[in-house]
Amino acid sequence: MAIEVRIPTILRTYTAGAKTVDGSGDTLADLLTDLDGRHSGLRGRLITQEGALHKFVNVYVNDEDVRFLGSLDAKLNDGDTVTILPAVAGGALGLLAAAAMLGR
Amino acid sequence: MLTISRAILDAIVSHARRDHPDEACGVVTGPAGSDTPTRHIPMDNVERSQTFYRFDPAEQLRVWREMDDRDEEPVVIYHSHTATEAYPSRTDVSFAGEPGAHYLLVSTREQDVTEVRSFRILDGVVTEEPVKLVGVPADGDAVQSYMFGQSPVAVDYECR
Repeated sequence: MAIEVRIPTILRTYTAGAKTVDGSGDTLADLLTDLDGRHSGLRGRLITQEGALHKFVNVYVNDEDVRFLGSLDAKLNDGDTVTILPAVAGGALGLLAAAAMLGR
Repeated sequence: MLTISRAILDAIVSHARRDHPDEACGVVTGPAGSDTPTRHIPMDNVERSQTFYRFDPAEQLRVWREMDDRDEEPVVIYHSHTATEAYPSRTDVSFAGEPGAHYLLVSTREQDVTEVRSFRILDGVVTEEPVKLVGVPADGDAVQSYMFGQSPVAVDYECR
């Protein structure tokens, strides 16, 4: 099952500069495990030590933010496109408070 | 160094003033590899906060796709600080995810003078860079004055 994954500039060091890579999996979690086999370290940039999707990234399945699709449990189908983008966020607020706001 | 047109900088500052006291944010795209910001896209701050901003993830996907289709990249990512200086906070540094972008900060804490400073943020390291303005202002009688990080005094728009 082929799923196209679009990689942002900041993570292309893990894909030898490739903008898109192919992967497979029934869920987003499976896909990231599959990708990590060929692009070692990529998964670690997207998933926290606690095993949740990182707040610093946005992941979309086709047009939908995975936060509305069950996050790492989001179901994937053949032909889907998964897009990874760095979240663009910041501000004068302290880091811990900012991370808490994103976690809502 | 960031080279940016006066018209675009004016539009960014207007956006920041309009949204004050909330933080404003947006992007200026340009042809890939050109390092030239040409298309200003004000973004929605979904947090509508005086101390925090975040691009709306759905809007961001749309804009980033459009950039891809037009062979553009985010040349400038900007936001405002509305009560503090135009310098990246720890939060800004932690979230900086576009290694090729100029991070432009605008401070609207003073009513009459707008601080504008530009930075590279790479692997948690902040490096300030000069800002060079090119082109004539959209409004020839602009009275807005800007203060840049490298300038010892305010740059008066009317003095040309």
